[in-house]
Amino acid sequence: MAKKQTVRLKVNGREREADIEPRLLLVHFIRERLGLIGTHVGCDTSNCGACTVVLDGKNVKSCTMFAVQADGAELLTVEGLIKDGQWHPLQDGFKQEHGLQCGFCTPGMLMSSYALLQRNPNPTEEEIRWGISGNLCRCTGYQNIVKAVQYAAGKVAQGVAK
Amino acid sequence: MITKTSPEVGGMGHPIKRKEDSRFIQGKGNYVDDVHLPGMVYGHMVRSPYAHARLKSINTEKAKQLPGVLAIITGEDLAKANLAWMPTLFFDKQMVLATGKVLFQAQEVAFVVAEDQYTAADAAELVEVEYEELPVLVDPHKATEPDAPILREDREEKSNHIFHWEVGDRAATDKDFQNAPVKASVHAISQRCHPAPLETCGCVADFNKATERLTVYLTSQAPHAHRTLFALVGGIPEQNIRVVSPDIGGGFGNKVPIYPGYVCAVVASLTLGVPVKWIETRSENLQSTGFARDYHMTAEIAADRDGKVKALRVKTLADHGAFNAAAQPTKFPAGLFSVCTGSYDFGNSFCEVDGVYTNKAPGGIAYRCSFRITEAAYLIERAIDVLAAELKMDPAEFRRKNFIQPDQFPYKTPLGWTYDSGNYEGALNKALEMIGYKELRKEQVEKRKKSELMGIGISSFTEAVGAGPAHTFDIAGIKMFDSAEIRVHPTGKAICRMGTKSQGQGHETTYAQIVAQELGIPASDVIVEEGDTDTAPYGLGTYASRSTPTSGAATAMAARKIRDKAKKIAAHLLECSEADLEWEIGKFFVKGAPSKSKTIQEIAFAAYTNIPEGLEAGLEAVDYYDPPNLTFPFGTYICVVDIDKGTGEVKVRRFVAVDDCGNVINPMIVEGQIHGGLTEGLAIAFMQLIDYDENGNVQGGTFMDYLIPTAVETPHWETGSTCTPSPHHPFGAKGVGESPNVGSPAAFVNAVVDALSHLGVKHIDMPITPWKVWNVLKEKGLVS
Repeated sequence: MAKKQTVRLKVNGREREADIEPRLLLVHFIRERLGLIGTHVGCDTSNCGACTVVLDGKNVKSCTMFAVQADGAELLTVEGLIKDGQWHPLQDGFKQEHGLQCGFCTPGMLMSSYALLQRNPNPTEEEIRWGISGNLCRCTGYQNIVKAVQYAAGKVAQGVAK
Repeated sequence: MITKTSPEVGGMGHPIKRKEDSRFIQGKGNYVDDVHLPGMVYGHMVRSPYAHARLKSINTEKAKQLPGVLAIITGEDLAKANLAWMPTLFFDKQMVLATGKVLFQAQEVAFVVAEDQYTAADAAELVEVEYEELPVLVDPHKATEPDAPILREDREEKSNHIFHWEVGDRAATDKDFQNAPVKASVHAISQRCHPAPLETCGCVADFNKATERLTVYLTSQAPHAHRTLFALVGGIPEQNIRVVSPDIGGGFGNKVPIYPGYVCAVVASLTLGVPVKWIETRSENLQSTGFARDYHMTAEIAADRDGKVKALRVKTLADHGAFNAAAQPTKFPAGLFSVCTGSYDFGNSFCEVDGVYTNKAPGGIAYRCSFRITEAAYLIERAIDVLAAELKMDPAEFRRKNFIQPDQFPYKTPLGWTYDSGNYEGALNKALEMIGYKELRKEQVEKRKKSELMGIGISSFTEAVGAGPAHTFDIAGIKMFDSAEIRVHPTGKAICRMGTKSQGQGHETTYAQIVAQELGIPASDVIVEEGDTDTAPYGLGTYASRSTPTSGAATAMAARKIRDKAKKIAAHLLECSEADLEWEIGKFFVKGAPSKSKTIQEIAFAAYTNIPEGLEAGLEAVDYYDPPNLTFPFGTYICVVDIDKGTGEVKVRRFVAVDDCGNVINPMIVEGQIHGGLTEGLAIAFMQLIDYDENGNVQGGTFMDYLIPTAVETPHWETGSTCTPSPHHPFGAKGVGESPNVGSPAAFVNAVVDALSHLGVKHIDMPITPWKVWNVLKEKGLVS
């Protein structure tokens, strides 16, 4: 076993530190070491996006990074979307527009949508579809996910939240 | 007609938001991989790289020496406990871990258990297996040729032929064909594909040596049936087994069978006395667990010159892979494939299916359909189009001419099914109107003049869902009823438990709406629990769109039992006779004196505090519902495609889906299911394929090459509905979740063929990739 390395990163606003094997994938670090099980694993080839988190403002597939590569970074997972007990408008949007069924892809979808709205607060339908194109969903056919993101974009534009 | 409740009560027909969403959008779902028990260890499967090979030796010494490795189980170890083989759900057996030889690539060979998942995977790499390659059989058409290698040495019958099954009148049908002035035929392959729910299969097996109880957290669409099978196969007393199916990340039929990984995890936990987690990777999921389809079908239709269909003849070769692990009722080797006469009024018909073994993964599961109905619906809707083209008739008018008419229901098909209700022309008319059919046909004529390729495809499908009835349907001998239990608390709130198990269908919301409709208890006051065999009443689970037809019906029946008891209590409280009471959703009142009334909440409180003499306390009921028949939802789907002549790419311009599933519980949820099913239909028509090369290497065994549509490839769906209630269901509902997957592949394919029909194209097999279309265009001289 390789020598353990220390990683320090800010996860959902909280400083975390751990000694880990260099080969530990970020998604396993998040799930097994931090206990944040909202981030899911749906494939082994970086295709499905169920493991998507936001790292320093960008959506990344956490199965495709080693945890040591996230050293010093700021990490947002689905558990960090809620602020002061208030759901993020995307969370409202997914419920209001029926943007989920089995829920397995949902955390990854939320995080990709979050990153999309950060860089483009008023996306067109086409831009939303491309923005979530790294995330697979087997239940919804995406149509209501697009509506959910539009709902959230509308709320953000109204200044309900950012 | 269903009496509409207020939105606050939220009964039938209200698009209320889903109760289950809150936990999922906060990352608080509880899927099997989220189960984390003290002392838990991890399993990893060693798999065969060969499709057909003799096992010469397995050397586990190096792997055992790796620190953290706790156990390595091989087929020989399992054989000592008589567990090297297990029964499939269809009169066959399947190797849990290989003994003697392997029969498909990725077959399970050894199970490594270690303290963490990385060590388990490392150790699996160190297991040394020596193989001697054997001739590989990939093509099902060659399975019964004299020089084909015999795959299953364990069977007495030295043949790769599994079964022959036929239904209908062969002689009368053949005679009709001899005399028919018009005949058309199509050979269509419903290709091997995989449901690929976003969550793969897995389990945590937890045997407690002190209590001798085994708890299995399992990705199970049928937890009770699985408990019974664990008891029957494993010899563990059934009261000592608890199966918990927590949140399930999609099933689509993939999570109906029992897989070798589950059995190995249970054996490891029994041996080690600690919880053992086994979660398959996506590649393992695609390569080894239940595939779907792989039906090689020919349909022939005999008709009059004026376009009235007479007879249907269907011949099919079914590739079941290495083991016949089809998950379907035991009377039906080809599932409900004989519903292949579809929405049309055929005379004599005949259908035969032969199943064969090949060196491919086992299965034959019902991928988002009721046991081979997608294959049947695709075939008949393709064949109808081929015949319409032959007769130069418009495919919509041709369908209209041949539909079973509303006054013919209940309608007995020539192959033995009794359709409960239908109005096929109503759905067709609505779909034609929504899409603007006449204008589209005019546009097509104009486009053809400019050598542009545009096609319109229609599918007017009939589904058959909701198994039982118990006299006809069973899984491994267990009858296909289903159940519901309702307990009303003293304060008028309720908890319900069912024998079904949601995998995303929204049961926590829809079952609560049924209770709201039947009892007037607001849906928001009703909790729904499924999936724990210790608490839920016995049932056969969720697949084949059976939840609403069976457990949904049971929920209504249990609620009506509660209402009967509530009436007695109300009579006591209002000091009148039961005969003087009338029910209005949520309360009983005295006839002619509506102010004298008791609400269901007041009655519930009295059931625990002021019980009339001679009546038991409490307000609970359980119902095991055996449906008198299947339900037969239907619809018409119309697809418009444009084809790029340069690349062969097909673009779905529009897609209209008109569904009729009878009375609807929650229109928002139904629409969501239609969207999802259409997207899977799109995937089957254009993308999804599990193929094998000549050596039996699986092509399409990862998400890199088993293509799933993203939001970009998926078109905007347009939905509509008509309502023809089921006459036998307690509240007139039919199942719906699978209709879009059953009905849509033919609409897509018919649209592509229609775009190319003037070039003489009669059929293209799925998946219709740009490469296939480009080759057709090249052959027809349309691309240079």
